[in-house]
Parts: sequence; structure tokens; C-alpha cells
Amino acid sequence: MEFKELLLIAFAAIVTENFIFSRFMGICPFLGVSEKPSTAAGMGFAVMFVMTLSSALTWLVYHFVLIPNELEYLQTIAFILIIASLVQIIEMFLKKFVPVLYRALGVYLPLITTNCAVLGSALINIQKDYSFIESVTFGLTAAIGFTVAILIFAGVRARLRFAEPPKAFRGIPILLLSAGLIAMAFSGFSGISL
Amino acid sequence: MEKTNIKKIVSDGLLYKNPILVQLLGICATLAVTTSVTNGIAMGLSTTAVLVCSNLFISLLRKFIMKEVRIASYIVVISGFVTAVELLIKAFLPEINKSLGVFIPLIVVNCIILSRAESFASKNSPLFSVLDGLFMGLGFTAALICVSAIRELIGAGSLLGYRILPESYEPALIFIMSAGAFFTLAFVVAGVNKLLAVLDKKHRKEEQ
Repeated sequence: MEFKELLLIAFAAIVTENFIFSRFMGICPFLGVSEKPSTAAGMGFAVMFVMTLSSALTWLVYHFVLIPNELEYLQTIAFILIIASLVQIIEMFLKKFVPVLYRALGVYLPLITTNCAVLGSALINIQKDYSFIESVTFGLTAAIGFTVAILIFAGVRARLRFAEPPKAFRGIPILLLSAGLIAMAFSGFSGISL
Repeated sequence: MEKTNIKKIVSDGLLYKNPILVQLLGICATLAVTTSVTNGIAMGLSTTAVLVCSNLFISLLRKFIMKEVRIASYIVVISGFVTAVELLIKAFLPEINKSLGVFIPLIVVNCIILSRAESFASKNSPLFSVLDGLFMGLGFTAALICVSAIRELIGAGSLLGYRILPESYEPALIFIMSAGAFFTLAFVVAGVNKLLAVLDKKHRKEEQ
């Protein structure tokens, strides 16, 4: 029973309620780092790592620090501080052990802090009253959904390089249009009732 | 000198450096909440309130914040104001709170606010910073209203909840759905690109 529920959470987070295409969280890195599939994958893994850890940490802090002290109203501040320090640690880790990836992700790594998907997943965990296991599952699978979306988009973008859109549509507008088309494909999944 | 500066702040915020339409910051909130004009206005005004307050405080504190920890300090200031706005909306506008949901606390990670703190408030006097926050916020609100008006009109045939188009009009639901958000924003940004190109041409002609 437990396992089935986790599976449902995972399926919803990856497909039917994909963070990019149906919740609209994490659009900035989605547009920014999807130029090449390799950097897109790097960003995806970084987000996966941060989001799983932050889901676990924020859940623990909320249930064992904020609730006993009746400080629930401080959740936004507490969560963003946890996420910011996590990102800092990961940055130092990559710089020391995986310098190639560190250089590839460049400026976007600190930007995970302001990736609303990370804070969003932490807040949704609390809002939906998930248990610890469910929270971690949701964080991990939502990040997998994000990675899938950004990889698909990087593939589409590679083709766009050879297209010649009207002048006003060059740059961001044509990217948004292609993202809209992918979103349309993803909305086909919403017919699946869970 | 002072006058031209204010004029620049106003035109930058509303058009030339419009947060959504030109800088493309804060797209997440733009796409998510623009299903109706009411939501768009509510989101725009709450973001403006946070932007004005955080710009003021960061500008006042700009000589005390150490360079190494500035981003972390900005985030603490910003999330403090967001929490205040969130609690106020919960208390006085429960309906809005329901429809914007998790996107009110997510104002914290709206790139516009951090970007204005870093690129403007940390270098300018409190008065200018407040003005900058105000007009950047209004530019943000205007863009939200623009996108949400298109989506609500085509997707539901109404504006601000009132039915505008005749009953015989079948609403194109796709504009309320997520794909429509991307399409509408793409066309609005393309329109602004065109407008800026035309203005630029005109400006150059005048100079000649």
C-alpha cells in the first residue's frame, strides 16, 4: 500500500504534474542552461541532488524545530536559508572534486538557490502534509521530472539553431513557443487519472 | 541631473528594462498566475510591495553589509518582507491566498527582486531605490495584466471575472492551460521586441 502511494507520487511529479510544464517552477534555468544537452544534464543532476537533500532537511527542520517552538510562520525564511547553504556546500564540493562540471555549470550553480522548483517542492511537501519518506520521494522525482523536461528541451533547441523565425521572434519568444508545444504534449498525460 | 535620472528609472522600469518583457526575469510566476486578470493584479501588487520595501532596506543597509555575505543578507531581508506580505494576504484576502497558493511564498525566489537589490539598491540612495522598486514593480504588474488579459479573454471569454464576449463564443481552453501560457508570453515578448526595434529606428533617425 505504502509503495503504491509512493509510486503515484513519483508518477505525478514526473509526468502529469511536471514541474516545468504544469507547475511552472524552474523556468529560468530551463531557458538558461538548455543550450547544450551536456550542460542541461549537469544542471539536472545538480538540481536532483539539491532537491532531494533539501526536501529531507526542510521536512526535518519543519517537524522537529519549527512546530515544537510554534514558529511555523518562519518556514519561508528557514527553508530559503537551508537551501542557500546546501547550494554553497555543493558548489565547494564540485569545485574540489568535479572541476569539469563546475566550470560547465558556471554561473548557474549559485542560481539554484533562486530556482523556485527547490523552494517550491519544500513548500508543497508541507502543504500536502507528506510524511518524511513521501517528501523525499517527491523531491527526488520532481527533480527527475525537471531533468527530463530540460533534456527534451535541449534536444529541441539543437534543431532550432537551423530554423529562421521572424525577426521579432528570435531569441526568447521562439524558445517559449517550442516550450509551449512540449507542454501541449505533456498535457496529454493529464487524462490519466490516478 | 536628478530629473533625468528619475525619468530614466520610470522608462526603464515600465518599458526599456521591463522585468518580464525585456529582461525575462520572474517568468515562473508570470506563467503560473496569469490565468485570470485578478490573479495577475494581486501577484503584481504583492511583488511590488516586496520590491519597494526590500530595495529601501537594502539601500539603507548598503554600507553595512559585507561584500562576501551580501547575497545571503539580501535573501534574509527579502524573505522577511515576503513572509509579512504572505501573512497579510492570508488574513485579509483569503480568496486571493487560495488562488495564488504556493506562489506567494515563492516571491522570495523571484529573480527580479534579487536582481534589483544587487544591481540597483546596493549602489544607490534610498530615495532612488524606492522609486526603482516602485516602477520595476509596476512594469512587472503591467506585463502580468497584459498577459493575463489575453489569456482570460481568449480562454474564458471574460475579464476580471465578468463575461465580455457573447455566449456564442466557445472559450479556447488551451489558453488557460499551461501550453497557452507559453504561447501568450511568446507573442507578447515578440510584440515588445518589434516595438523596441521600431522605437530604436525612430530614435536613430532623429539623431541623424
